[in-house]
Amino acid sequence: MSEARLDVRKTYKLLINGAFPRSESGRSYEVTSAKGAFLANVAQGSRKDLRDAVTAARGAQVKWWNSTAYNRGQVIYRLAEMAESRRDELAEHVALCEGVNARTSQKTVSASIDRMVWYAGWTDKIAQVLGGTNPVAGPFFNFSIPVPSGVVGVVCVQESSLEGFVDAVLAPLCVGNTVVALASERRPTPAVLLGEMTSSSDFPAGVLNIVTGPSDELASVLASHEDVDGLDLSGVTSVDADGLAALGASSIKRVYRPHEMESDSSLRRLRAFVETSTVWHTIGQ
Amino acid sequence: MVPTIESEAQLRALLTSLSGVDAVGAEARVAKLSTRSIKKSTKLAAIEMAISMVDLTTLEGADTPGRVTSLCTKAMRPDPRDLTVPSVAAVCVYPDLVAHARSVLGSSPVAVASVATSFPSGRASLQVKLMDVREALSAGADEIDMVIDRGAFLSGRIGQVFDEVVAVKEACGDAHLKVILETGELVTYDNVRRASWIAMLGGADFIKTSTGKVTVNATLPVALVMLEAVRDFAETAGPTVGVKVAGGIRTTKDAIRYLVLVNETVGSTWLTPNLFRFGASSLLNDLLMQRLKQQRGAYVRADEFSVD
Amino acid sequence: MSDRPLANSQLGSLEYDPAPESAAIAKLKPSYGLFIDGQFSEAESDAQFATVNPANEEALSMVAQASALDVDRAVVSARRAYDKVWSKTTGAQRSKYLFRIARLIQERSRELAVVETLDNGKPIRESRDVDIPLAAAHFFYYAGWADKLDHAGFGVNPKPLGVAGQIIPWNFPLLMAAWKLAPALAAGNTCVLKPAETTPLSALVLAEILEQAELPPGVVNIVTGDGSTGAALVEHPDVDKIAFTGSTEVGRMIQQRTAASHKHLTLELGGKGANIVFDDAPIDEMIEGIIDGIFFNQGHVCCAGSRLLVQESVADEVLRRLVRRVEQLRVGDPLDKNTDVGAINSAAQLLRIRELTDFGESEGATRYTSSCELPQKGYWFAPTVFADVSQSHRIAREEIFGPVLSVLTFRTPEEAVAKANNTNYGLACGVWSEKGSRTLWVAERLRAGVIWANTYNRFDPTSPFGGMRESGFGREGGRHGLEAYLNV
Repeated sequence: MSEARLDVRKTYKLLINGAFPRSESGRSYEVTSAKGAFLANVAQGSRKDLRDAVTAARGAQVKWWNSTAYNRGQVIYRLAEMAESRRDELAEHVALCEGVNARTSQKTVSASIDRMVWYAGWTDKIAQVLGGTNPVAGPFFNFSIPVPSGVVGVVCVQESSLEGFVDAVLAPLCVGNTVVALASERRPTPAVLLGEMTSSSDFPAGVLNIVTGPSDELASVLASHEDVDGLDLSGVTSVDADGLAALGASSIKRVYRPHEMESDSSLRRLRAFVETSTVWHTIGQ
Repeated sequence: MVPTIESEAQLRALLTSLSGVDAVGAEARVAKLSTRSIKKSTKLAAIEMAISMVDLTTLEGADTPGRVTSLCTKAMRPDPRDLTVPSVAAVCVYPDLVAHARSVLGSSPVAVASVATSFPSGRASLQVKLMDVREALSAGADEIDMVIDRGAFLSGRIGQVFDEVVAVKEACGDAHLKVILETGELVTYDNVRRASWIAMLGGADFIKTSTGKVTVNATLPVALVMLEAVRDFAETAGPTVGVKVAGGIRTTKDAIRYLVLVNETVGSTWLTPNLFRFGASSLLNDLLMQRLKQQRGAYVRADEFSVD
Repeated sequence: MSDRPLANSQLGSLEYDPAPESAAIAKLKPSYGLFIDGQFSEAESDAQFATVNPANEEALSMVAQASALDVDRAVVSARRAYDKVWSKTTGAQRSKYLFRIARLIQERSRELAVVETLDNGKPIRESRDVDIPLAAAHFFYYAGWADKLDHAGFGVNPKPLGVAGQIIPWNFPLLMAAWKLAPALAAGNTCVLKPAETTPLSALVLAEILEQAELPPGVVNIVTGDGSTGAALVEHPDVDKIAFTGSTEVGRMIQQRTAASHKHLTLELGGKGANIVFDDAPIDEMIEGIIDGIFFNQGHVCCAGSRLLVQESVADEVLRRLVRRVEQLRVGDPLDKNTDVGAINSAAQLLRIRELTDFGESEGATRYTSSCELPQKGYWFAPTVFADVSQSHRIAREEIFGPVLSVLTFRTPEEAVAKANNTNYGLACGVWSEKGSRTLWVAERLRAGVIWANTYNRFDPTSPFGGMRESGFGREGGRHGLEAYLNV
């Protein structure tokens, strides 16, 4: 009789600047399935990890924005391709984390992948929708274009481990921001898996950084970090969000808080972290 | 000092080194200066200054000795009842009427200016143009208003434009040379700036906007660009060159706008007939009318002044 | 040439006689109340303060100091007007009210220009040719949006926010009121406007205009007062939206205070705009642009081009021409039609400018100050240029908000962009070059909400204006300006 094969388990790490480090603190925390079974020891990101992630995001931002919108669309679409090819693995984690059955988790994965495709298509359209030329009363060519706010810190929703993550992260990315995401604290593994897929999706290092760990503590670090330009507070309770938004005020951050009635087709998320830049140029012979 | 231009390539290099003109900025600048409010004693001083800067002009096919006589009389004593009114700077006529003008003006300080070089088109050989100049001079002209070859300029033969200015300057001897750029045909401010420099490098004593014979004549922005050119030329390259604006300047309001432009672009050094002129005819009567209005404090009839 | 001298060669310069606009045109009243619920009324406490002409330190009028109680009256009135009237008024009807207001501003433009110049100290040429016409244009522009909101790109039937509290600065008093009120009303909100403490008068004349336009009572309420009035408005629980233009310091405080509320917020804050000059710039227009960039409105402009970044190869030439031009600026009586630079708005502002410029000198920058004669009375500061400024000097980093320019140099386009972006602000920048491809390359990389290429300090109601980073968020002007007042 042969022994049952012992499976090789994965270490769930952070994604910072294109690399997958364990937390610099060396710490991890135990993540269990919705039913309470041990799932993994996930890296417990520290303040310093977060700082490194912001530095990476800042370093990558100009290059990401200066790549073409077409290229950003290709990169995000490539992520959808990767996700599709590893959908069973994603579905398994969604099912474990969220405590849903296989059918529901497959549906969630499908919706998430479709959402990626939706965002992939937005990269080279948003400028035409949010920008345009302005008919000023004078001999000037005047146009407005949406440009990214810069580095966006995202506190991802706690419940929706994959779909919520995809929405929160891809909206700012698709308009040219770079992102530091705090994955769902209790349900981080789908986000970590997706992070792994970015390494085979032509994502430049630093464009998407994912930190796992205690949301409360890390969110306040993100909110007070002055080199973070925008803050998505979807993943914190309303009361906590008030305090974090106030912290963000010290460097006049753009703050996104979900709207009670927001629909999937709303552009509110896409508008949340873009700035309108208006250029005037004289017209003359 | 003025750099000696030895080749077209050298001239071209110099012209390309000049800064471009942003049309919107130049026009915005004159629009702003046009809002200057010139009142009371400033206005009176400006009017008298403008009178002294007029080149009283008649350049018609129908010009006759009689008309030139009447013009010269007016030039010497613009307002016969008030001898404190300055005489104008010059009368400006075609070469064949120079001798007559000279004889009417006699020893008055009013100069005789003559257009020459196949005015207004300039479409003739250099020999013909030089002959034109020499005839005007020998008839007693003090100042020659030449036209540049706009065709040559626009087709890039800037060496030819330059050489003609040099040749005419040489023919002029001590006579003052005004070089007409015909800015309405050069169209762009960049061209105006470059043509100004060609004229100045070639030896112009004045650069002049227009013949008065094309659709677009003197404009404030063109004058601005030319004033900037004479200022920069005086600062970096050589002598102080004058500016003459001509064509379409009919009212005191227009004239004062030009004077403000001179005042705030190149400063008071240029506020003399030696360095700034108006080529005009009907302007003079409006200046006289406005002067009288300033003095009387009430509007006056146009018929107060002679129709010449 | 003959030896005859040219006639009258001795004639010389042109000194301009004073050409003052008459102060009487302002028809100022000895005192003004608060404009609440369509009527002028005294403050509950009867408290008043004097508003002063900064050009001669004389009191112009007494205005009411609104307390928290007065602010509450105004908000209650705005809420009632919103519920009962304005939210039921059709877009087409709102549109026509705004058109009326625009026309009335045009009709009373001369009066408004004089009021603005008296209260603010800015040259009459600017209030007459810039502030007032742009204020009218802003109402005209948004008037047309009121019945076309479905097409503004925010989905069908976008809803207003409710009651908007609007706090505006003293540098463009009427224009800022127009920037705030016009889009808010077009989108269907009612307003409580708080003018700046030192420049309340043109807003109070605007109140008269609103009466003449028969705008329903309470749709716009105007409460004058100091910072405490603004704070009361920010704190008021029944305000749905705060729009603030002013300093980054106060903006930060407002953002903190509204973080834990349902209030929507837009901020238009400070700046330290870089005006970048390349060696191929159209030099004469560029010099004018630099002058407009920093001396327009005495430099009391959040988007002022207060840092001049010049390519090193032309720095000496640019500085020489610039200093010559600064000498020509006509500084003095703001009511004189030929004045280029007027009075500093307040003693407090003058003090700040002096402090920072003294610091500039002690940091080792080379100072050029216009030799213009300054009036004895009033708050005045001669146009000043600092050369040899380093990126680390305070005068290169802090907003001076006065007629003071800091000149720095760069070597390559990349360095120019890096230096221009090396600030926490991000409001406006200028680029001067005749090379289109490079201008666009630079524009693409500048972190600024507004970029002027071969021009500076241009404004238009169709053109979105606003900042990035610590210059604030939200846009005013254009379709974009509606977003700040719609629940989308």
